[in-house]
Amino acid sequence: MKTFHKVLFISAALMLLALFVFPMWRITLVAPQYPHGVTMYIWINKINGSEPGTLQNINILNHYVGMKKIVPESIPELQYFPYVIMAMSFLGVVFGFIGKRSLWIFWFALLAVLCIAGIYDFYLWEYDYGHNLSPDAPIKIPGMAYQPPLIGNKVLLNFLAKSWPWIGGWFVGLSFFLSGLAIWLSGKKSLKYENADSVKSDSSVSTGMHTFTTAN
Amino acid sequence: MKYLSSLLATTGLVVFFFILSGCNQSGQQSGALSSDVASQVYVPPGQYDEFYAIVSGGFSGQLSVYGLPSGRLFRVIPVFSVDPEKGYGFNEETKPMLNTSHGFVPWDDAHHPELSQTNGETDGRWVFINGNNTPRVARVSLKTFETEDIIELPNSGGNHSSPFTTENTEYVVAGTRFSVPIPQKDVEIASYAENFKGALSFIKVDPETGHMSIAFQVLMPGFDYDLAHAGKNNSHGWMFFTSYNTEEQNSLLEVNASQNDKDFIAAINWKKAEEYLAQGKFKELPTSYVHNYWDEEKQMAVSETINSVKVLDPSECPDMVYFLPTPKSPHGCDVDPTGEYIVGAGKLSTDLTVHSFTKMLKAIDEKNFDGDRYGIPVLNYDATVAGVVKEGGLGPLHTEFDGKGYAYTSFFISSEVTKWKIGTWEVVDRIPTYYSIGHLMIPGGDTKKPDGKYLVALNKITKDRFLPTGPELCQSAQLIDISGDKMKLLLDFPTVGEPHYAQGIAASKVVPNSKQFYKLSENKHPYMTPSEKDGRVERKGNEVHVYMTCIRSHFAPDNIEGIKVGDKVYFHVTNLEQDFDVPHGFAVLGAQNAELLIMPGQTETLLWEPKNEGVIPFYCTDFCSALHQEMQGYVRVSARNANTALRWWTGANPEM
Repeated sequence: MKTFHKVLFISAALMLLALFVFPMWRITLVAPQYPHGVTMYIWINKINGSEPGTLQNINILNHYVGMKKIVPESIPELQYFPYVIMAMSFLGVVFGFIGKRSLWIFWFALLAVLCIAGIYDFYLWEYDYGHNLSPDAPIKIPGMAYQPPLIGNKVLLNFLAKSWPWIGGWFVGLSFFLSGLAIWLSGKKSLKYENADSVKSDSSVSTGMHTFTTAN
Repeated sequence: MKYLSSLLATTGLVVFFFILSGCNQSGQQSGALSSDVASQVYVPPGQYDEFYAIVSGGFSGQLSVYGLPSGRLFRVIPVFSVDPEKGYGFNEETKPMLNTSHGFVPWDDAHHPELSQTNGETDGRWVFINGNNTPRVARVSLKTFETEDIIELPNSGGNHSSPFTTENTEYVVAGTRFSVPIPQKDVEIASYAENFKGALSFIKVDPETGHMSIAFQVLMPGFDYDLAHAGKNNSHGWMFFTSYNTEEQNSLLEVNASQNDKDFIAAINWKKAEEYLAQGKFKELPTSYVHNYWDEEKQMAVSETINSVKVLDPSECPDMVYFLPTPKSPHGCDVDPTGEYIVGAGKLSTDLTVHSFTKMLKAIDEKNFDGDRYGIPVLNYDATVAGVVKEGGLGPLHTEFDGKGYAYTSFFISSEVTKWKIGTWEVVDRIPTYYSIGHLMIPGGDTKKPDGKYLVALNKITKDRFLPTGPELCQSAQLIDISGDKMKLLLDFPTVGEPHYAQGIAASKVVPNSKQFYKLSENKHPYMTPSEKDGRVERKGNEVHVYMTCIRSHFAPDNIEGIKVGDKVYFHVTNLEQDFDVPHGFAVLGAQNAELLIMPGQTETLLWEPKNEGVIPFYCTDFCSALHQEMQGYVRVSARNANTALRWWTGANPEM
């Protein structure tokens, strides 16, 4: 276990804290009357917009078709998910210092499970907002649901809804990449590869394979 | 027969050519355009113009905002006149803006817009404009395109030579066109020469808030003070006013005030005036005038009365005022971008008189005087004149500059613009206008840094230029390309009211600061309703205050009961929207004022005095959303002595 790998893994764990600095997801609604789009940001602990009034504006638009108001205070995930992330980050740092590869793999897997759960939860919320419409809605279009895409672009009536990970989400991706890289490299290193210092991410596959097989 | 037919053929040809050349000629006369001209004024859909043109509305009392080169009208800004479209002067918030010492005055004659300047360049903060009839000066914000400040001018009658600014907007000036007894008193009109004086006011502008205050007035002889412009660079510190009626006549002025060969440009050394002011050489005259300003936090106009004004008497303040003799009732008083030349447009002559600032200082230094008027030295004409632009046209009115060494003068009587070279004073080009041009405007053309690309001719008469609309026709502006050697007519466009004067400014100086909406969290209006649940109705005797909100697409409350005949009902409507371009309107049947037009985050108040029992509808007037047509409500009005309970709601009916 080289210090470099520990640094890599600990950075991966710390990357998660970027979720408190940047939104993790961005949903933009574009229509002719909104040439610059109405942009909503989903954070780990809040939902807001590009302007202070954005959420109100989205709620006003949504009320025509009977969608529920987005009230961030009433979404419990925004309350407890920050603690989960802090715990994961803390755990990652501790595991990083311990430097045990199996712990790292465990952490990586846990993060993956949490992310999948989080995205599924996000999907459920979107489904609920998009399908659970008020029977008193002023505009009712039979068979129409207003669920924004989980990821990607989708036309909803007069709006094009674009849903993509944003900076915080990119950092989570980076966290996966760095922790995965640390696990992979440390795996190679534990096999006492002679020129470990020269191993770079661009080292050829054949070398890696060779090292791996000889060690076995 | 053969001869006859060839004769006929020849005649036909001649007639044909005559018609052709006739067409051609009349085409030229009406400003026929070459084909590339259309593309020069074409701004494609969705794209922005290069310049704002801010054009006075004359007797409409308003300012209008156009784009150049397209000539598209964007907005009419109500200034001195009420505007039912916007509720200006009708809602309780803006009524105080039109207060004067004579009470509420809902109209004025707005002549000369003038942009604020920093270092002698337009800065895009404010535009000032004068009210000629009930003498006032207004300041309009270029962030909101709303009137923010109006100050009344005491001791004045016809505020015409106004509101021209100094290099850093230290002052805007307001010279009286009609001299009056100061202080006003009941005297014989024929005692004009003895009793009448002309006040030139110097209005200080607070560089932060923009609030205006009268710093001092210079009490001048009883002439008519027509136009003005401030010095620049070396001549910074001086203000120049043209005058006519130096004959001091009070009747049939068209004849009696046109007798002197030369009237005056009054050169006022305002830095000297400041010294005299600091030395206490002023008189504090009791008077009464009103200052109205917009309280940005409370979102309402405040009106206050001021009871004295400081005046300086030139005969007691040597070196403060000099007269520059200038031929034939000069109108325009225009200073070139360097500040060296002061151009007087003798409106009853064919010539322009150009004074040199350097020569003026030399004449003052050498005391090269030609007597005095009321203790004010008259400088020797030959000692100050730098040159005369000869035979430029007939009836020169106003001159602006392109920053490339040329000046452009409007000629009312010969209906044309003449281009001439500064220094040689020779006329190099001329172009007709349709018809009877008054002022002209080049963006920045009266500053140190003109944008010499376009010139706008501001015409008094249009006759046959547009589709007729009965006896009353529009006035017009004409866009002229001045980027080349030859002036080229590009476009005619009609204007709102009479375009006395205009200002132009690069859009890039204004667009970034344009306000999109008001933050609800910063709204400190005393009757503001922060959210729907705070909507309510309060009764105080026969005064009823409705705290109402609006948001797409309903009012809250939208049902009100317990109003009685004889009540004064104040609808305080807060627009809860926090998005760009989502105003709501509010109108109630039988209201004897106008509608409200409430911008997002603002609160406005409409007074309504129901006269009869019944259930009265109200609704949103500005098409706000898909459910705009549903944005309505009812007020139940009961008899004066009825016991109907005061209650209100939105949505489900309350239990009966």
